Amino acid sequence: MFEILGIPPQALFGQMLLGLINGSFYAMLSLGLAVIFGMLNIINFAHGAFYMMGAFAAWMLLAYLGLGFYWALLLAPLLVGSFGILVERTMLCRLYRLDHLYGLLFTFGLALVIQGLFRQEFGASGLPYGIPAEMRGGSNLGFMFLPYYRGFVLAASVVVCFGTWFVIERTKLGAYLRAGTENPTLVQAFGVNVPRIIALTYGFGVALAGLAGVLAAPIYSVNPLMGSDLIIVVFAVVVIGGLGSVLGAIVTGFGLGLIEGLTKVFYPEASSTVIFVVMALVLLVRPAGLFGREG
Amino acid sequence: MPHDRSAASLLSVSALNAWYGESHVLHGVELDIQAGELVTLLGRNGAGKTTTLRAIMGIVPARSGSIRYDGIELIGLPVHRIAQHGIAYCPEERGIFASLSVRENLMLPPRVGPGGLSLAAIHELFPNLRARQDTAQGTRLSGGEQQMLAIARILRTGARLLLLDEPTEGLAPVIVQLIGQTIRRLKADGFTILLVEQNFRFAAALADRHLVMEHGHIVDMISGSAIDSNMDKLETYLGV
Repeated sequence: MFEILGIPPQALFGQMLLGLINGSFYAMLSLGLAVIFGMLNIINFAHGAFYMMGAFAAWMLLAYLGLGFYWALLLAPLLVGSFGILVERTMLCRLYRLDHLYGLLFTFGLALVIQGLFRQEFGASGLPYGIPAEMRGGSNLGFMFLPYYRGFVLAASVVVCFGTWFVIERTKLGAYLRAGTENPTLVQAFGVNVPRIIALTYGFGVALAGLAGVLAAPIYSVNPLMGSDLIIVVFAVVVIGGLGSVLGAIVTGFGLGLIEGLTKVFYPEASSTVIFVVMALVLLVRPAGLFGREG
Repeated sequence: MPHDRSAASLLSVSALNAWYGESHVLHGVELDIQAGELVTLLGRNGAGKTTTLRAIMGIVPARSGSIRYDGIELIGLPVHRIAQHGIAYCPEERGIFASLSVRENLMLPPRVGPGGLSLAAIHELFPNLRARQDTAQGTRLSGGEQQMLAIARILRTGARLLLLDEPTEGLAPVIVQLIGQTIRRLKADGFTILLVEQNFRFAAALADRHLVMEHGHIVDMISGSAIDSNMDKLETYLGV
């Protein structure tokens, strides 16, 4: 068997795939954070909790209603997104005129409450959620083994991320969003119902987290703390990419997943810290992030 | 019998007060504009001209009084509802969006009524905008082009009352002339226009009436035809 840089290709490509899978989740979550921050000026610390809620929604749809993975893929983001809109309309909307810090503290507290409730109800040990039957197994591509479900996650994430990018950068609705990010008062003075767009934006960002949670359920175990573990890394991704750039969030998410995967191959000891090393370097060189706008 | 002024007016503002936080900026503004009229608001800096436009549009933090447009009371309505009744605002800072292309900037404001100008008509008014419509960032345009874009985009929407805040500020004389021609043309097309202007020589040539503001309320009204005989008085008001 041939080797690349002294590493068997199966191991190298296998870890790259794992890295891209992680990157899929980083990208979807940091994309939601970037969209929410752009429109609401809120650093949504509850994002990890909404991701967790997505996974639990999938589990509950199956356990209580017998609705499988594909239903969950559709319904869980809608449920979690609706919950997000409820939070925005009843609580978050009161904070926009205040400093960013209030939104951050509120969403941080909200995350603790949500996690606490789920932990109370379901315990902390985690619940199993199976891979849908059609996507069990995988195939040997010669240079690596591709589990079907992981391939599906990667493809779904790419489609969702670039679909979102397309809507924001290339459509009329996206023009409202971009303009609303710059000057919401003027956009509303043109007759656009900006408060509704803000609520829907938050709902969409939260639904994206919920969707990521559904996709994660069969890979990682469904447990109340799954979001709080992930969100730390996602915030590092956001810092590296720079808040407020949609494309930046996507590219940085996948890129850092890949870097993490490669580090597992070449220097496994650093694999859990490499993202934070990159973050420190980026902060030294470009404090606004790779894709962020200065000031 | 007292004349019922509001019945005849398209826009009727009375006892309008507005605040920015603790600062009380408008103190009982009274003004009426007939459909198809072009009225200017003149006054020194800080007299409350811009705030009057913003208060009509609903984008001040706090306001009270009455603003009736086409028989509908606007006080208490959210900003987007006010716009949807057919009022459009062109801010002094122009408000061109950097993250939108020239075309997207132009097409951004949604239609609020019938009878808006077609894209072809807008391009005929402002040929520069046709030439530069693919510019990726609206803010890459020159100051004059940005002003044209800011006016053009509210002509598409079918709004009948235009609130224009210092459209000639900081522009070269040739552009000022073009903006002047455009405003005259819009008046001829039946738009009702409330214009805030520092350059009162520019305004004098256009308007049916001039309202003079001082300390947050209207202190005088001079009809367009009487402007020459009132020059001394105006110069005192404006401190020129």
